[in-house]
Amino acid sequence: MATAAVRGRLIWQTATVTSVTTETDAVRTIRLDVPDWPGHQAGQHLDVRLTAEDGYTAERSYSIATAAGEPVAITVERLDDGEVSPYLTEELRAGDQLELRGPIGGWFVWDTSDGGPLLLVAGGSGIVPLRAILRHRQRTGSDVPARLLYSSRTLADVIYHSELDQCRDGVEVSYTLTRSQPPGWTGYSGRADAALLGKIAWPAGQHPLTFVCGPTSFVEAVAGSLVALGYPAGRVKTERFGGT
Amino acid sequence: MSPPVSRGFRHFRRPAAGEQDRVPPGQYVAKGFPVLSAGPTPHTPLPEWTFSIRRAGETLKAWTWDEFQALPAQDVTVDIHCVTRWTKLDTMWRGVPVDTLLGQVEHDAPYVLAFSDGGYTTNLPVQDVTSGQAWVAFGYDSQPLAAEHGGPARLLVPHLYFWKSAKWVRGLELLDHNQPGFWENYGYHIYGDPWRQQRYAGD
Amino acid sequence: MVALDGNSIGGLLLEVFGTDMTAAQTICATCGAAAPVAETVVYLRVPGTVVRCRTCGSVLMIIAQIRGMSCVDLSGMSALDTGQGG
Repeated sequence: MATAAVRGRLIWQTATVTSVTTETDAVRTIRLDVPDWPGHQAGQHLDVRLTAEDGYTAERSYSIATAAGEPVAITVERLDDGEVSPYLTEELRAGDQLELRGPIGGWFVWDTSDGGPLLLVAGGSGIVPLRAILRHRQRTGSDVPARLLYSSRTLADVIYHSELDQCRDGVEVSYTLTRSQPPGWTGYSGRADAALLGKIAWPAGQHPLTFVCGPTSFVEAVAGSLVALGYPAGRVKTERFGGT
Repeated sequence: MSPPVSRGFRHFRRPAAGEQDRVPPGQYVAKGFPVLSAGPTPHTPLPEWTFSIRRAGETLKAWTWDEFQALPAQDVTVDIHCVTRWTKLDTMWRGVPVDTLLGQVEHDAPYVLAFSDGGYTTNLPVQDVTSGQAWVAFGYDSQPLAAEHGGPARLLVPHLYFWKSAKWVRGLELLDHNQPGFWENYGYHIYGDPWRQQRYAGD
Repeated sequence: MVALDGNSIGGLLLEVFGTDMTAAQTICATCGAAAPVAETVVYLRVPGTVVRCRTCGSVLMIIAQIRGMSCVDLSGMSALDTGQGG
């Protein structure tokens, strides 16, 4: 196969921010009105492009936080040395315009026909596409059993906490806090390591479908542990977040 | 049709007063030292490390790490400019001048192709890596050069875009004709002068 | 630098190929390993994009975006199959 030069297709469109809401101290959910949005699947993401007055542009990808059929929203974590996330989480407000491209992704997506049982493992802001999957599961009335293991630094860093606490009907949610736990904490502590995954994960014999999302080091450690538990690599889908 | 401007979006900081003439057009001053690489960080053990000057498939001269460390080295403070738009002012390096290395072989080649662990290459005119303009640097900020920044040694050519300062450099191939290296092959400028914004071929 | 995976270039590949490519199967020309693009190892903004085989580390794909054009080198793959036939 050879080398080719291709002119990019014009697929960027301009959306309007309808609201910016606070999830945690560093995390905001940005709801968007996208005029020509073709609809999206749970697990997909979109690309955002910012343009400064001097023409400088910066692009970043963000997972869509909502299910198919719901209005488009992204949840963004502010990274201290980030170029784009501080703008999206601190400056952007309702009425502003945002250039975006999407929906994107055909691998890290889940629809009810993909079945389960589902194992969802999230590290930090990796919860975003997995929350979209759970919302989609609920909206469609799916009875596919699902287990979520969500790793965060502290309780204050848990995104969508009250929504996740309300999950019922075949969804089991487990939290692990890696840096500190509040008094009386009944959840797990420490990293999502092989021992903890061994407690939570479906037995490999049930042929689970797994989605792992978070920072690269988290994803690689979890994927490695799952393969050691007998999970075939082809049924473990991964999405790595990173960079600023 | 140009994209809409994002209200209130400012990219890092513009040059401060007194810095303006040190920051090439289109660049901004970076806060940290971004790590950008095309592959995993190589880890060649020092006893296996060599730096060689080659021509037409033949090694003209090579240094082991100990021999290389015995060469006279310089401490230099320079500004560096990455084609991805960040600039870092007053970076401090320690390295062996390329003049010292090329001075030990007889040649009349007009160009070099720097080659690195992991297969990366970049091309430069010999006159741009001599006359005190280039080093093989093994120290940064008074420490041994970190692997993620190109250690144990990288090429340092501050007057050109930083993709020319090949990380994990292992030698120079002397060439009769200018031969594009890795990024030059994909449309990056064959020379790369940040003061003329020579980012891409044809600039 | 932290490597990401092929999900991170979904938009770029959508622009270049006109369709989602994250689920497309790649065959590494060096070691023969098969994997969806989503599971490849991706290095961004290097200045260009370098995509590597997760099994052997060889380069699968290089994409340099220059003045609205994308220069794409697919020679590291012996196949790239979107599974859409035709």
